[in-house]
Amino acid sequence: MEMTGAQIAIEELKAGGIDIAFGIPGGTIMPFYDELLKTNFTHILTRHEQGATHMADGYARVSGKVAVVVATSGPGATNLITGLLTAQMDSVPLIAITGQVPTPMIGTDAFQEADIYGCSIPVTKYNWLVKDVREIQGVIREAIRVAATGRPGPVLVDIPKDIQTARAEYNPHAPTAGALPAVRQMPGLEAEGIEKLIEALERAERPVILAGAGIVKAGAAAALTQFARHAQIPVINTLLGLGGFPGTDPLFLGMPGMHGTAYANFALCECDLLINLGARFDDRVTGKVSSFCPRAVIAHVDIDAAEIGKRVRTHIPVLGDVRDVLRVLNQQVKPAERRSWLEQVESWKRDYPLQYGWDGSIKPQYVVEQIQEITGGEAMVSTGVGQHQMWAAQFLRFNEPRRFVSSGGLGTMGFGLPASIGAKFGRPDKESWLIDGDGSFAMTLVELATAAMYNVPIRAVILNNGFLGMVRQWQELFFGKRYSHSHYPKNPDFARIAEGYGVKGFSVRDVDQVRGVLEQAADHDGPVVMDFHVSPEENVWPMVPAGAGNDEMQLAPPSPELAR
Amino acid sequence: MRQIYSILVNNHPGVLSHVAGLFTRRGYNIESIAAGPTENTSVTRIVIVAFGEQHELEQIAKQLRKLYDVRDVQQVPYNRSVTRELLLATINAGPERRGEVFQLATAFGAHVVSVSDESVTLEASGNDHKIRTLLKSFERYGIAQVARTGMIALPYTGMPSDWEPPA
Repeated sequence: MEMTGAQIAIEELKAGGIDIAFGIPGGTIMPFYDELLKTNFTHILTRHEQGATHMADGYARVSGKVAVVVATSGPGATNLITGLLTAQMDSVPLIAITGQVPTPMIGTDAFQEADIYGCSIPVTKYNWLVKDVREIQGVIREAIRVAATGRPGPVLVDIPKDIQTARAEYNPHAPTAGALPAVRQMPGLEAEGIEKLIEALERAERPVILAGAGIVKAGAAAALTQFARHAQIPVINTLLGLGGFPGTDPLFLGMPGMHGTAYANFALCECDLLINLGARFDDRVTGKVSSFCPRAVIAHVDIDAAEIGKRVRTHIPVLGDVRDVLRVLNQQVKPAERRSWLEQVESWKRDYPLQYGWDGSIKPQYVVEQIQEITGGEAMVSTGVGQHQMWAAQFLRFNEPRRFVSSGGLGTMGFGLPASIGAKFGRPDKESWLIDGDGSFAMTLVELATAAMYNVPIRAVILNNGFLGMVRQWQELFFGKRYSHSHYPKNPDFARIAEGYGVKGFSVRDVDQVRGVLEQAADHDGPVVMDFHVSPEENVWPMVPAGAGNDEMQLAPPSPELAR
Repeated sequence: MRQIYSILVNNHPGVLSHVAGLFTRRGYNIESIAAGPTENTSVTRIVIVAFGEQHELEQIAKQLRKLYDVRDVQQVPYNRSVTRELLLATINAGPERRGEVFQLATAFGAHVVSVSDESVTLEASGNDHKIRTLLKSFERYGIAQVARTGMIALPYTGMPSDWEPPA
């Protein structure tokens, strides 16, 4: 059957199981949008291309499916860059489809021309500029495969306008064109590494698991839970690994590193075997590498060979899919007790819990705890980046993977609101909450219009301290309290802004109203914004200063009255 | 340490940007890069000479292997490979010194490709050591301009695996 390039692209996306895209039309992508009208394909019209990318990202993170974002050439395409790199750093499978000026115009500085192929090389797993309509089918098919397989990631397909309207034969059952590169095989399991890991585990007295996003992406949460309980090994989850192990399990130690729990960092410092399952030893996790896990044999299971040994010297490398590795471990590892080690860990948990002071103001941590109580850890929670993100990571407890949606690697402020909207499209059966800061929220709040237009019932919580809070915290601790340009003394009234967008808004200054407003919001039939005016100079504790070792962690200063 | 990477990539536009971009993005030190066709028209060979700590050199190979268009990466040890570079150099030499320059060129197996009233242009090929020695030898005449291709390399075939280069 003969079709246009635009039709072929959409048909091939549908053949790949994709039926939704987020984006904004413009000059060079109009043939593609015209075809969208004629077929059964959902498109969510956003207000900014960056928002569209974060929505697609949130959709992908909670559903595990490949998500699509569409933009026009030039500024539309360049607005995707931050979102693509956010997805790249956190290994999220996205396909960006961009319009491009017609092929004869490429390179002439045409209106709305941008070299998005060149621009997107460092922010994608792979990218294509399609110059022949006969290539479209193979490219889209390959784009889906590359985005989803191995270590997932974003890809970009740039399609000039004349290629979208050109016609070619389309056969949905055609095998992938021969000109495309050979399919990369997933790494096979290395039995030798697993054997060494099992031997090390038999010798170990104080083992710890560090479980990263790889657990979530590989669908290995259940296997991890079985393994940890069977072998009685405490589990630390990285920020993006949260939910990969039940947050309410007695073996759960929370998050490590810069704003991790004290007991997770103690366990890292004291363990004699660290089993890294799909985490990439980010600098926020390791602190100073030379003092990271100083007493431990380090085993690292990863699907990406380049992550093994990249930052931390690894004694037992295991290349492979972490779910396959865990399957073998669950078959071969003997049950263990480790009573004295678990008692040690328990006593750290007892003696150094997460805590915060209480002075009658709205403490941000208290708001997070109330959200935890209301949602029971069942809801999806997206965040922006900064203090609120760390409090969310510390005080929420997820028992399931794909619930916590946060920009870890890139730390993209403004990620949260659009991600929470996309998450709701990805899992309509789950509640979608947003825990955001006033700084992050303001960066992409225009997407409230999208939430209103599609009546997406997100529950947006702003922990409003009138500061770029994490910047202010660093300035307080490391820059002599010189608060250079981190203060927003004239923040807008976010509740009224929400109302202006047709979104229910609450403004809360009294701590006694917190619970009631959260409950009202939870029951509201539509999007809600809750602007909580929290204690402005609250700090995130514990903290490992940047560049210091995890053994130099600072605990919260003594507080007159602890949380009720 | 220096390391030669002999990289086979899919022959299509953009692949050089992906490879070169990796080196800039990750801050790897690149000394030379040379690309050209191979016996297989769908494949290009890129030879890169990079330097860094051993650990970093391993990372470079791993990161290269992740690139979609990269089919194969060989880390070629110097002492087990034949390496060549092509040099063009214009030497400042009027008619009175031409003879000397020709003689020196012959000693290096270099060819004279062009002569003017002020200069002699030479063509030479060889390994890294030879090219550097040649350039050093002509320094006293003054070198007006130099063009080098960057190094290309292939592993020696048929060498015993325990062969060590003479000290």
